[in-house]
Amino acid sequence: MSPPAQASTVVPGVVVSVPGTRASWLVRVRSVLVCLLLSAAVAGAFALDVAVGELDLPLSDVAAALVTGGDDVTALVVHDLRLPRALVGLLVGAAFGVSGAIFQSLTRNPLASPDVIGVSAGAGTAATAGLLIGAGSGLGLQTVALVGGLGSALLIYLLAWNGGTTGFRIVLVGIGVAALCGSVTTYLLLKAGVYQAQQALMWLTGSLNARGWEHVGPLVVGLAVLAPAVVVLAPWLRGLQLGDAPAQALGYPVQLARIALLAVAAALVSVGTAAAGPVAFVALVSPQIAVRLVGTPGPALVSSGLVGSAVVLFGDVLAREALPGTELPVGVVTGALGAPVLLWLLSRANRSGVGG
Amino acid sequence: MDRPAHELAAVGLTLGYPGRRVVEGLDVTIPPGRVTAIVGANACGKSTLLRGLARLLRPAAGSVHLDGRPIHTLRGKELARLLGVLPQDPTAPDGITVLDLVRRGRSPHQSWWRQWSAEDERAVTGALAATGLLDDARRGIDELSGGQRQRAWIAMALAQDTGVLLLDEPTNHLDLAHQIEILDLVVDLNRAQGRTVVLVLHDLNHAARYAHHVIAMLDGRVVAAGPPGEVITRQLVEDVFGLACVVVDDPVSGGPHVVPYGRHHSVLVAH
Repeated sequence: MSPPAQASTVVPGVVVSVPGTRASWLVRVRSVLVCLLLSAAVAGAFALDVAVGELDLPLSDVAAALVTGGDDVTALVVHDLRLPRALVGLLVGAAFGVSGAIFQSLTRNPLASPDVIGVSAGAGTAATAGLLIGAGSGLGLQTVALVGGLGSALLIYLLAWNGGTTGFRIVLVGIGVAALCGSVTTYLLLKAGVYQAQQALMWLTGSLNARGWEHVGPLVVGLAVLAPAVVVLAPWLRGLQLGDAPAQALGYPVQLARIALLAVAAALVSVGTAAAGPVAFVALVSPQIAVRLVGTPGPALVSSGLVGSAVVLFGDVLAREALPGTELPVGVVTGALGAPVLLWLLSRANRSGVGG
Repeated sequence: MDRPAHELAAVGLTLGYPGRRVVEGLDVTIPPGRVTAIVGANACGKSTLLRGLARLLRPAAGSVHLDGRPIHTLRGKELARLLGVLPQDPTAPDGITVLDLVRRGRSPHQSWWRQWSAEDERAVTGALAATGLLDDARRGIDELSGGQRQRAWIAMALAQDTGVLLLDEPTNHLDLAHQIEILDLVVDLNRAQGRTVVLVLHDLNHAARYAHHVIAMLDGRVVAAGPPGEVITRQLVEDVFGLACVVVDDPVSGGPHVVPYGRHHSVLVAH
């Protein structure tokens, strides 16, 4: 039997335990550092998102407005316009990042993000239909989008079920459902009036424009329910990553774990999409960036969420500042911003011969 | 340190996939504390039997008992603490290191609030040492040779720390030297702690040399079971594989050694 001193050189990390109980976890130093740095980046992006815009505010004024109220104009801009917008960006980014990480780990496929396998597409179709029949832009539209996303996730699962299912089947069926939803959305857009079609397209790109507290509320409630579920289910995800047979051999309830995680991930992305539209690429790219930063193949849920928030918030700042006088939808920028980062990480991985 | 030898047995076991029965009404007893090899032609049901013994497949009829208890009544983690199984051709997640993979073998012993303990650390270090991977612990699985990769998966099953270990064609896709390396490791695992090991093997000569007990299958039935010297005969090879052969004494181990004729090489020995 090896002495503990030698053993601890084999397993990297610090054991964190609660004195007086049997509770203990292994914490990797690099993961913690990466999460701290990402948190700082998210905080910076958040502050910037509140500070910049048509009326550029110094950060000191933003802080003053948050703490003491500040003058009337600043207070109005910060409290009623920018703060809810930035909060929506923060929460939606986190929801998309975590959801993408769950989908990709669960299907063992880096391409299996909710925007590829039809969950976002389902929300998009439902929202487009909602806009056409006049569901407005507030809570009604959010509910419709939420139902659409969850509905398409359920459809994917039912169609993929064949006395049990596999990650691979879910991806294939999901791509089919995405194509179906895409066709329906296109048809609806063709039927729509010009103004409605433009509104719908704006929503389908994913945007933080004109997001207010009425969007923050449902988002906070949704995430407050889903976040604990993610925390509880996370160990199952590590099992599913090994593939069905090895996971079963280790005693994981594979089918139950898959449906539970699928439901949580679909709910996360639906709640996020309901608030901001299917912001392109965030769910696909955030987990991939996170995994490469953290340097483990683990699901890296926390860092994926942080990367998601950072991508959406920086994207929003860029979307508003890129072209003077116009506010681009954030979804235009996240795609343009995320793709080069991912390509850069991939090219680095190939050269050094690790990851990929 | 010897562990109590576990009794694994199947009674009237019927297994299959939707629309197809592969194994019907099998009675199988795995001798405790020994190495058992399941052999047979392709598609004879040997891997299916192993999957059934490991509860990776739900039986259509009959049951599998571990120490007298039907395994389908055990909780997933409970069974995984008693019985480890390495499925055929597993694929690791992208970019995982040997250590990360082996650590995951501890999950049946862990819970949400107890994700790492000194015992986990000992088991992981022990599994890495037993498979000769201590120095490669930080390397990525994708950087390893086929033999090392297979050892890493075996190390994961070892970290599970079970008294019964089932391995489905562990020598698949390996060159001869690595096949022998894996089989020697199996013997180590059996001898060191009295583990019960069950292997599905393609190569009869490997089964003859490395197993204490051989189960020969044909079309989903067991046609012979017993020590290799009794089971592996000229007649059995003809029945099971439809292959004419001579069985000679293995010059190294002294056990039976199968030398097939084929159509072109019956020069020195008359049929």
